[in-house]
Amino acid sequence: MASQDITPVGKDSAKVSLLNDPKFRGYIFQAVAVLVIAGLVYWMVNNTIANLQRANLASGFGFLDGRSGFDISSSPYLAYSSDSTYLQALWVGILNTLTVAFAGIITATIIGFIIGIGRLSHNWLIRKICTVYVEVFRNIPPLLVIFFWYSGVLSVLPQARQSISLPFNTFLNNRGFFFPAPVFGEGAWLAGVGLLVGIAGTFFVRRWAYKRQMATGQQFPVGWTSLGLIVGLPVLALAIKGFPLSFDYPVLGAFNLKGGSQVGPEFMSLFLALSFYTAAFIAEIVRAGIRGVGKGQSEAAHALGLRAGPTTRLVVVPQAMRIIIPPLTSQYLNLTKNSSLAVAIGYPDLVAVGGTILNQTNRSIEVVTIWLVVYLSISVLTSLFMNWFNAKMALVER
Amino acid sequence: MAFDSCVNGRHIGPFFRGAWGAIRQYDFSSVGTMGINLKGQIVMKNLVLKGALAASALVLLANAASAATLDDVKKKGFLQCGVNTGLPGFASPNDKGEWSGFDVDYCRAVAAAVFGDPTKVKYTPLSAKDRLPALQSGEIDVLIRNTTWTLSRDEQGFDFTGVNYYDGQGFMINSKKLSGINSALQLSGASVCVQAGTTTELNLADYFKANKMEYNPVVFEKVEEVNAAYDSGRCDAYTTDQSGLYAYRLALTAPDDHIVLPEIISKEPLGPVVRQGDQQWADIIRWTHYALLTAEELGITKANVEELAKGDSPEVKRVLGQEAGTKLGTDLGLTNDWVVNIVKAVGNYGEIFDKNLGSGSPLKIARGINAQWSKGGLQYAMPIR
Repeated sequence: MASQDITPVGKDSAKVSLLNDPKFRGYIFQAVAVLVIAGLVYWMVNNTIANLQRANLASGFGFLDGRSGFDISSSPYLAYSSDSTYLQALWVGILNTLTVAFAGIITATIIGFIIGIGRLSHNWLIRKICTVYVEVFRNIPPLLVIFFWYSGVLSVLPQARQSISLPFNTFLNNRGFFFPAPVFGEGAWLAGVGLLVGIAGTFFVRRWAYKRQMATGQQFPVGWTSLGLIVGLPVLALAIKGFPLSFDYPVLGAFNLKGGSQVGPEFMSLFLALSFYTAAFIAEIVRAGIRGVGKGQSEAAHALGLRAGPTTRLVVVPQAMRIIIPPLTSQYLNLTKNSSLAVAIGYPDLVAVGGTILNQTNRSIEVVTIWLVVYLSISVLTSLFMNWFNAKMALVER
Repeated sequence: MAFDSCVNGRHIGPFFRGAWGAIRQYDFSSVGTMGINLKGQIVMKNLVLKGALAASALVLLANAASAATLDDVKKKGFLQCGVNTGLPGFASPNDKGEWSGFDVDYCRAVAAAVFGDPTKVKYTPLSAKDRLPALQSGEIDVLIRNTTWTLSRDEQGFDFTGVNYYDGQGFMINSKKLSGINSALQLSGASVCVQAGTTTELNLADYFKANKMEYNPVVFEKVEEVNAAYDSGRCDAYTTDQSGLYAYRLALTAPDDHIVLPEIISKEPLGPVVRQGDQQWADIIRWTHYALLTAEELGITKANVEELAKGDSPEVKRVLGQEAGTKLGTDLGLTNDWVVNIVKAVGNYGEIFDKNLGSGSPLKIARGINAQWSKGGLQYAMPIR
């Protein structure tokens, strides 16, 4: 032992050898890790290219410019036909995925908050109903919930000739939900302008009311004013132009209802299933968030003279949100990814359309890459937005 | 190999079996990172991306196209045959899990030619979307699953070895609900049920476009889902190959309410497919088909094949490998009595057709263009000599 101590490592014994320097060693290990990963990636890419060439499969994304040749049942935003390219077909799929994910996220959040708060209700019946809801939906695989809506509810609706008539000229049958489509005449653009002005006005009214309350303590009915601005201005604009708005009503054709707008049973069942399923998880997150706010907070608010409503709105919920938002983000991502189950009921989402393209062109690698990249992008964007929202809601130390 | 017995057994899902099938073909000698391979592969599987099967096989693994399939099949002791997930008449399992049908008999015929034993087959049920990737990745040895021969499929690494059934695409409707309709040209505005990723889907788009009609496609990935949707009234019409329409009609709740419309809108030559680049294996599948046809032409049946082999017709003797010093079978990589084995196992083409699709089956499909060339049909075998 002693002899080892005497043996000098370097000439200057006070200076530690580079090899024993924790910082330097850290760099070395990181560099080795990076090299190994880069090597692996390089090998994988090389191997893929070599194998593709050996299997006579031309690689590259040039095939996306080819004519698709197949039709897609639901393309609400883009004009798509069998003459469109594969790339346009993919866009239809991406937009359909985004539509169902976005609509699902909003509905799931609303249902989730209602159920979550309901679970904390003082009313025994409401509390139990909400508990049953959460336990039922949380414990069923999402695919079964989708099948339940598709096969159990929507496909047993009557045929087109016996459609169920609902108010406002809307109809429900096993081909979907039909409602009148607005047809905008000349001058209807003014209503759009009115809507934009209304939204901008609401924003300024809100800021002004907040400042005034801070300065004087006086409150202003912001909610009612906003509603008046957003609904009233477009209606006023239409009235000025003499109501250039008509409706295209669905009527019975040879096979189905024709005209109007239509939401297919595939979209409806996927949307409803994802909303109800994810809402169960969101409810639990909301309940946990509210429970996580100390009892002392609401007691202090009461002591200051705040009533129950403002206490929840101004004291409990803002603090609960800090607990709710991070896990809520995960649920939003889950919902988006679960939307790929659409393939089971024939809703043309990204996976379904991509699968068809894969089969028609036999370009597995390219299509799988597109799937991965698109889902990754959607998830990363959702995360970024939620992180921004979280930072905004986070505790500000004063 | 110990791996083989567990991997090809029943206790691993087809998904992982596919992955493992691909991994096995990897040339391990070049790189020694199998653990990562295996892991990477399984991570991909978990993405539930069925198409990833072929993709991941190509990313991580060398392809098997150049390998001698016949040697592989002989070594593992059975034929892995890709068939339909359930198309009555062509390939469907009974309640005991035993497969039967026209395509299944072709699988059995190939097994009989290779092993002299038609039971040495394992079946991989495949959806329309998964069938070609499964063949590409080496999960199956041959695909006999009513697959249409097209140029683009042929040039993308596959070889079609012949046409065992000439089919055409048609439409089926519920004549009780749509009583006024007796032609596909009256279907403008209809919702049409169709299976995803098929030539059928493309023909449908072409047909309605060419006739300036509108329609609403209702597309499912699995045949069972298409059937259920049509049966529940989600669509007005069902389109697929006509043989398929007759088969699916039997499974509907009220088969007699449904009619198949007269129009045939496409050519659908269905046949076995193998990977490109293995001539010997392609020849075996091709000549198995010709052997079945030749047997029918010469009147060789399951019942009389052994008797005829001892007879003295020179043509029959040559086909059955009884000619002195014949090398027809061994040159193909098989035994000289391969045709005897095939016919003894499954009968000739006519027998297979009648049993599964024709008068001896519930489908009662007429031979039509699938009759022998000498009887006005298109089935024509190249001479075995």
